[in-house]
Amino acid sequence: MKITRFLKTILMTDFIGGLFIAIKELFKSKKTINYPFEKGKISPRYRGEHALRRYPNGEERCIACKLCEAVCPAQAITIESTERKDGSRKTTRYDIDMMKCIYCGLCEESCPVDAIVQGPNFEFSTETREELYYTKEKLLDNGDRWENILAANIKSDNPYR
Amino acid sequence: MEYINIIFHETYKILFLLVPVLVSVAMIVWLDRRVWAFVQKRQGPNVVGPFGLLQSLADALKYIFKEIIIPASSNKVIFIIAPIITMTLALIAWAVIPFGENNVLSDINVGILYIFAISSLGVYGIIMGGWASNSKYPFLGAIRSAAQMVSYEVSIGIIIINVLLCVGSLNLSDIVLAQQNIWFIIPLFPMFVIFFISSLAETNRPPFDLPEAEAELVAGYQTEYSGMMYAMFWLGEYANILLMCALGSILFLGGWLSPIDLYPFNILPGAIWLIFKIVFLFILFALVKAVVPRYRYDQLMRLGWKIFLPLSLTYVVLTASYLFYFNLLPVN
Repeated sequence: MKITRFLKTILMTDFIGGLFIAIKELFKSKKTINYPFEKGKISPRYRGEHALRRYPNGEERCIACKLCEAVCPAQAITIESTERKDGSRKTTRYDIDMMKCIYCGLCEESCPVDAIVQGPNFEFSTETREELYYTKEKLLDNGDRWENILAANIKSDNPYR
Repeated sequence: MEYINIIFHETYKILFLLVPVLVSVAMIVWLDRRVWAFVQKRQGPNVVGPFGLLQSLADALKYIFKEIIIPASSNKVIFIIAPIITMTLALIAWAVIPFGENNVLSDINVGILYIFAISSLGVYGIIMGGWASNSKYPFLGAIRSAAQMVSYEVSIGIIIINVLLCVGSLNLSDIVLAQQNIWFIIPLFPMFVIFFISSLAETNRPPFDLPEAEAELVAGYQTEYSGMMYAMFWLGEYANILLMCALGSILFLGGWLSPIDLYPFNILPGAIWLIFKIVFLFILFALVKAVVPRYRYDQLMRLGWKIFLPLSLTYVVLTASYLFYFNLLPVN
């Protein structure tokens, strides 16, 4: 027993074995991705940056029911609404404080018209706090930018809702 | 006028050596990080330039533009001198490295002694940096480093005696030429292994990177350094590693000689072969870094003094008696 241990130490068998494992691993495929150029797959349910969607004719979906404002556990949403000339109720103000938001997804779930949704975008860090007070314009702009993916995500998640 | 000519001539020669050494230091840092990453199945630096080759240059540029912070309680003169000493000593040792027959900056007779002296001085840069920082982690790192480098210097010295016994000359070109028949790695294989491990310890590479053990000592003697001064420590360290690889390939792997003296091999210039050997040894260095965990300090000391020193001494006796008995001692 002692002799084998001695021989093992002298011949550095463990070390050489480790070295060969390292050389073998050297040529295997990598487990990491080139992040900024290549991104990991995310679920259609992913709760990322918020967006307000529109109907295909350009009309805002939001009917100012304020369910999201009521359900929001962080009280991050502020909505003010008014009646338009055609008798429909629309928002005049739809603010989300992204620093309060906990990304729980309850606003998206409570929305009866799929207006407020959380998209797949997770790269919206900013240099100032002020940029994270999202206004209605910013949210609608997000909706326009991500509409294709948002619609596809909602459609693919529909059977499970 | 003649003096000026000579000075210019020498300066060109030095630049012709230094610039490639510094560029290869940058490349070797990239290689080190890349090999380390590949073993761990990561990508490693691959964005700056093709395959990330320019990463080190980008890092150097970053360091140049960073602020140099000099701690208020530090000994400022020594604090500033320390990285300069480290880098200078790492670079001047390259003067005697032969890249081919008669292709050496200064072909002095005591080349190996010169390298040995310079690499022993290298510890001063670290000690001065650690002491001048006037802070506990750099100080502990410097103490560790001094003890470690001194202990492993001893066994490296005795290993070199083995080679010198076979060569009969301290000139590095003569050492290489003595290996024309057989590289010293074959008769002196155990010494090569010990030399490799000792040079890991000598250059503070993992698993012997105790002076800068980040888990215990933040960054050891480099803790208080920033900007270009840190980069100089870093450059000096890698230049030292490269030097140790060069020394290993000259002492044991036949320096600039081609592996077989046959047509397709010996047509390549010697410098290319030397570079191949250096890179091979360096990849081994990088793999070791990826494979083994860090030694404990008492284990490090035990390995140096109680195992390597007696082993290499025994081998000196063996080599000497073998050469004496078979009448192979080189006579000059």
